[in-house]
Amino acid sequence: MSDDERLALARQLVACLEDGREADAQQIVNVLTRSRESELFREVGRLTRELHDAIEGFLLDGRVAELARDEIPDARKRLNHVVDMTQESADKTLGAIEESLSLSRELGARAERVRHCCDGLDPLSASPGEVARLVAELESMTALAGDSARRLHTRLTEALMAQEFQDLSGQIIQKVIKLVQDVENKLVRLVSISGQKVVDGVPGTGAWSGPAVPGIDSGDRLADQDDVDDLLSSMGF
Amino acid sequence: MNKNMKILIVDDFSTMRRIVKNLLKDLGYTNTHEADDGTTALPMLQSGDYEFVITDWNMPGMTGISLLKAIRSDPQLTQLPVLMVTAESKRDQIIEAAQAGVNGYVVKPFTAATLQEKIVKIFDRVAA
Repeated sequence: MSDDERLALARQLVACLEDGREADAQQIVNVLTRSRESELFREVGRLTRELHDAIEGFLLDGRVAELARDEIPDARKRLNHVVDMTQESADKTLGAIEESLSLSRELGARAERVRHCCDGLDPLSASPGEVARLVAELESMTALAGDSARRLHTRLTEALMAQEFQDLSGQIIQKVIKLVQDVENKLVRLVSISGQKVVDGVPGTGAWSGPAVPGIDSGDRLADQDDVDDLLSSMGF
Repeated sequence: MNKNMKILIVDDFSTMRRIVKNLLKDLGYTNTHEADDGTTALPMLQSGDYEFVITDWNMPGMTGISLLKAIRSDPQLTQLPVLMVTAESKRDQIIEAAQAGVNGYVVKPFTAATLQEKIVKIFDRVAA
């Protein structure tokens, strides 16, 4: 309805009211109301269609389906693989270290025995028995040292090789980070369809916070052991 | 300090248990035993003559803080020294552990020297 039409109707309405023609006045009011309502309905209809199109578009976006169907379950498997790899590497490294520690203890003890044999031994006046005992200890120790050096070499190389998980797991985790970014973008779009703004909120707090991550965790987290000690000593520990 | 004392290491990650076990071995404590959470640890403590407990906080089943509370409320175990070794470093959590009666609190990642220092401190205090 144009402005002129509305103005004409308004004049008619005033005239009807002045003449006391109640029924005619009511009819004009009805016409005006209907015109207002139909505009409102048109607007609601337009918004509904837009919302519908936006949601359809979102659902038809193949990327979303792909994310839900393939990539997220895939990422879960990849991350589990990272957990397995780190576990396996830690086991190998620890195995190598435990054997190396025991070899170093054994070597130290044996060196101590040789030193004990040498203690107070005068090379010029040593008895053949003393010399024979020292030679036997030395022979046994050099044999052990040679054998231990070989074993240490093997075990340390194993520990070295076990670190390759870092490269592999780093690559896998970077792929998953990319996926998380994709999902984040889609979620932002979904939020914008619903007409809300994305605001930086307070992150959810779980019962356990787990290891602190630099740059993310702050607030009531204590930075290191010294802070923990200070807090405990302030509590009378 | 009795180097032969019986120690229980409670952590759900076997790697962490092995690290702690090796550090303790290096410090001269060889009588160590392991449990993977509080549910496993508690019956072991109740039936064995343990003298010291080192526990993680975040574990499935029974957590370290629940284990600590269970130890303090058990008349047989209430005096047992408990050292918490955990990645949880929130002020509230440390206060909660202190109020529950923890004897020491080490945050991961930690060093052998820190672990040694806390163990010595705990036993000095227990002896005093």
